Amino acid sequence: MTTVVPPPTTPTGPTEADSPSAKPDEEFYTWTGKARRWMLKTLPPKKLLPETQPSYVASWIYVFGMGAIASLAVIIVSGVVLSLNGPSWWHLSSLGHFVNSMHLWSVEFFFLFMVVHLWGKFWMAAWRGGRLLTWITGVVSFAVSIGAAFTGYLLQTNFESEWISFEAKDALNAAGIGAWFNVANVGQMFMWHITLLPLAVAAIVALHVLLVRVHGVVSPLDAAETDTQLRDAAFPELTDKADR
Amino acid sequence: MTKSLSPMSWRKGTGLAGRAWNGTNREYDLFKELTVGVIVVTLLVLAASAIFSSPDDHSVTLKSWANSQPSDFVVTANTELGHTSATAGYGPPYNSTQGATQTIGPLDLQSLAGVKIPFDTAKDFVITPLSTLPNPPAAVATWNSATSDQQTSWTEAYGKALDKAKDNDPAAVASGNYGPVPALTRSLLTMAKQGSLDSVLQSGGSFYNFDYTRSVLFLGDGTYLKDLATKLHLSGDQWGMMNETGNYPGQSWLWLFSFFYQIEPFKSAANADLLVVFTVAILTLLLTLVPLIPGLRNLPRLIPFHKLVWRDYYKRR
Repeated sequence: MTTVVPPPTTPTGPTEADSPSAKPDEEFYTWTGKARRWMLKTLPPKKLLPETQPSYVASWIYVFGMGAIASLAVIIVSGVVLSLNGPSWWHLSSLGHFVNSMHLWSVEFFFLFMVVHLWGKFWMAAWRGGRLLTWITGVVSFAVSIGAAFTGYLLQTNFESEWISFEAKDALNAAGIGAWFNVANVGQMFMWHITLLPLAVAAIVALHVLLVRVHGVVSPLDAAETDTQLRDAAFPELTDKADR
Repeated sequence: MTKSLSPMSWRKGTGLAGRAWNGTNREYDLFKELTVGVIVVTLLVLAASAIFSSPDDHSVTLKSWANSQPSDFVVTANTELGHTSATAGYGPPYNSTQGATQTIGPLDLQSLAGVKIPFDTAKDFVITPLSTLPNPPAAVATWNSATSDQQTSWTEAYGKALDKAKDNDPAAVASGNYGPVPALTRSLLTMAKQGSLDSVLQSGGSFYNFDYTRSVLFLGDGTYLKDLATKLHLSGDQWGMMNETGNYPGQSWLWLFSFFYQIEPFKSAANADLLVVFTVAILTLLLTLVPLIPGLRNLPRLIPFHKLVWRDYYKRR
């Protein structure tokens, strides 16, 4: 059963409690101070790390976004272990092969969760209410992740990577990209796979998550001011009784 | 008069979606959810890794090719010498073969990128590697001193003779005026069989190497690599772009990219790669901009899956 908690007494904007280091009448003169003011106003600590969520955030579909982030964590950890041991390790050691398997399967789960999350957000029209950039960063993170995974397949240093580098060059060359992004150049692909693309994915995902926190989780499509959940918010004790 | 926003609009507006939620809430622990998520996913990954492992088919080499299919190797080496191989006629970024690029109307991105990774297949794949031998065959000097027309005449004649020979076997080729070509390809075959061609092509004589472009292109010009890939369901017309060796999910997220290669007009188009790249790029852009496209952004209202997602909320309205 959903535990219903009262809404905040001050529904919008940061309070002094939210931003103890930025008092409302405090003036800022430096770039740093102004940046702090903007950050605390845009994303006060209570919004960044909330202890409650709207009562409509109660569906399995919400699990998949977190599932994707959890998978990304496993991808990064297994990827770091693989790269620290060098590209040949996983061919020569059973432990290396197992870590490679972990890297592979965490990527498979990552995409599975991300696709379900993406479609879930589409059918929820999650871009509503000023959440355009949240949607865009989500799609961009998906696209960049495809690039990151692709370069990973090129780094397997086995028959598959050999074949992929031969086949994939044509589309990249036709688009004028292959001259700079040479899929048969393993050194270049290492740079993309273990540095540039992971950083890009991590940065976009971080921005995506921060935007979710800034704007909150989008309300149901058919939600209206007359809904019980909104009317009862002014009288939480009634809701508590109804729940009991 | 203020124009009212569509309920599906991405704009902030004054509706419920654009305001901070002021209704009932539920307890939520972000860090706890993250911790549980990481533990559950780690367990899933450990289980999948233990049960299914991961594929690792050995790479093929010029050595394995030369030993497995020497005739195919010699036929390919001859096309490299005569500049008639796929790589020799590829165009940018490897060479400047006229009319080889994929274009859409006047748009020629391949040419625009330029010849950034230049190769002369005769020189880089055959003559230079043979020149690194302690005792280069005399045929190298003969080849180098011949005119371009003479070289072409030799390789054309030898190519036709190989075609006619049983199983393209160089040993079964009828006698003819092939100049130094048979000696060159034979020496290259020996070099490849011994394994030294792999290192020479990859490193170009240097100790270190990170670039396998030459080896991959040379291998791909023959039929050996392609036949192996076809057996493993990895070729383009077998959805190979998203397939993986063995029974593994592969890059299933490339299904749309792979799909276009299976259907007309893409499948048989001379500029198929460029058409597919553009089509997927446009579709990706459309997905990115769905919130700005009135017809598409209304789909969630027309097909109300949201009633499933928020069924608890709607039940308690």
